[in-house]
Amino acid sequence: MGLYNDTVMENFLNPKNVGEIENPSGVGVYGSPVCGDMMQMHIKVDENDVITDCKFKTFGCGSAIASSSMATQMIIGKTVEEALAITNKDVVKELGGLPAVKIHCSVLADHAIKSAIYDYAQKNGKTYKGLEGFDPNADDDDEGAAE
Amino acid sequence: MREVYLDYSATTPVKQEVLQEMLPYFCEKFGNASSLYTPGLEAKSALDHAREQVAELINAKPTEIYFTGCGSEADNWVLYGVADAYKEKGNHIITTVEEHHAMLHTCEYLAKHGYEITYLPIDAEGRLNLQDLENAITDRTILISCMLVNNEIGTIHPIKDIAAIAKKHGILVHTDAVQGLGNVPIDVKDMGIDFLSMSAHKIYGPKGVGALYMRKGIRIPNLIHGGAQEMGKRAGTENVPGIVGFGKAAELARLNFAQHVEHASRLRNLLAEKIVAEIPDVMINGEMEERHPGNLNVTFKYIEGESILLLLDQYHICVSTGSACSSKSLKPSHVLAALGVSDELIHGTVRFTTGDFTTEEDIDYVVECLKKVVKTLRDLSPLGPDKGWK
Repeated sequence: MGLYNDTVMENFLNPKNVGEIENPSGVGVYGSPVCGDMMQMHIKVDENDVITDCKFKTFGCGSAIASSSMATQMIIGKTVEEALAITNKDVVKELGGLPAVKIHCSVLADHAIKSAIYDYAQKNGKTYKGLEGFDPNADDDDEGAAE
Repeated sequence: MREVYLDYSATTPVKQEVLQEMLPYFCEKFGNASSLYTPGLEAKSALDHAREQVAELINAKPTEIYFTGCGSEADNWVLYGVADAYKEKGNHIITTVEEHHAMLHTCEYLAKHGYEITYLPIDAEGRLNLQDLENAITDRTILISCMLVNNEIGTIHPIKDIAAIAKKHGILVHTDAVQGLGNVPIDVKDMGIDFLSMSAHKIYGPKGVGALYMRKGIRIPNLIHGGAQEMGKRAGTENVPGIVGFGKAAELARLNFAQHVEHASRLRNLLAEKIVAEIPDVMINGEMEERHPGNLNVTFKYIEGESILLLLDQYHICVSTGSACSSKSLKPSHVLAALGVSDELIHGTVRFTTGDFTTEEDIDYVVECLKKVVKTLRDLSPLGPDKGWK
């Protein structure tokens, strides 16, 4: 019963990886308070391009917080390329589903991760196939959203 | 765990006295009020009594009260009815930006079918400018409609003054009093209005029953055609238990009026004081004067309304929010937007309404829980006073 399933509620009530990283390798911010959803992701990447830590802060509804929490869990321990391959559909799948009107929250999480990696790539002069065509300043809309 | 309900503007529990009054009409006195035998006459008599009770609450004649299925139906009936009956006179309707969706969406529909609608703005305190109303009137204006009390921020509008302006120009005037009934004094004769919409479930009556006051002498076509119920103006076998409940609720609202207003406003004021004193970075929306006695609308900066609501629900506290995320349409509250509250602040608003069953202990409990909820969400928010935020 209710708007959200148990996994989503768990990620909302007890979110993982909340906070910021001191000297982060990359920072991504996506969304805006005007839209009602805003996510900030900090990542730490080691010399093997593995994301060893990720922390988030989110202004948003239950889905937004749950999506951010889940997204951080999905990328820790992955390489940058592997993290870039994760889509919002994967986030929704791991959450066990989101109401249709809330799918955009998972898109936000996907964008926030890519923004953080984009920042890391810029700072370190790296390029990644998975970032091709990615614009960190694109508007928050439902392009690429899973139905 | 304590359960605290602070959403009386959304709906109210049925009072025991109301329920007791209704019960016989389900299984024992279940007759159709149009039937000529004794059980029918019994049901009809109960309806007539309920009609008197509702009429007395607003100083109308019983024959001016027509029961409907809900407040929204009464709103729809007035709009479609007047639009149709007066189409020779004109096609212009004046209403406000902050009306309930039952009015706004019906107006939008009429606008697609040859009618022109003017939506009067509200200022930052939620008030209308009567000069704007005067300026908007044309010789094609057939109806002026303004809600008595706003459901989101509780503003009480000067309906008597609005009606006076309407009368000066020979225009019909309606008010949606769904939030105002039982919360502000209503005297339809003194106010000089032609139509008024009401709903039972906001005054400790059952859901599924509302009413339209229509001043004697006015004729508009039915919204619901069929049998001769409701003096031939609203067909459909009457919801006798519901209507009986509405009548009883109206009687209680009239008898307990002063006590209800004192109780609700005292607890609402206590809640407001404690929130402002104990939680930083909050804003109260709308003026406190001339306001629904139980309504409080608060913005909590840097955090979002649906998540506040979900966390309060974990503490068994019920409130409502103007945040877009909580609405199926993903649109933020049109009322707060009309007030001039910026989008990011609308997303962080919570509406509390106190009622007859609210206690001081409830208020203390809610504030304690709110402090925890607000802290949890602010700890996880990227926004703050120093982070690019007004």
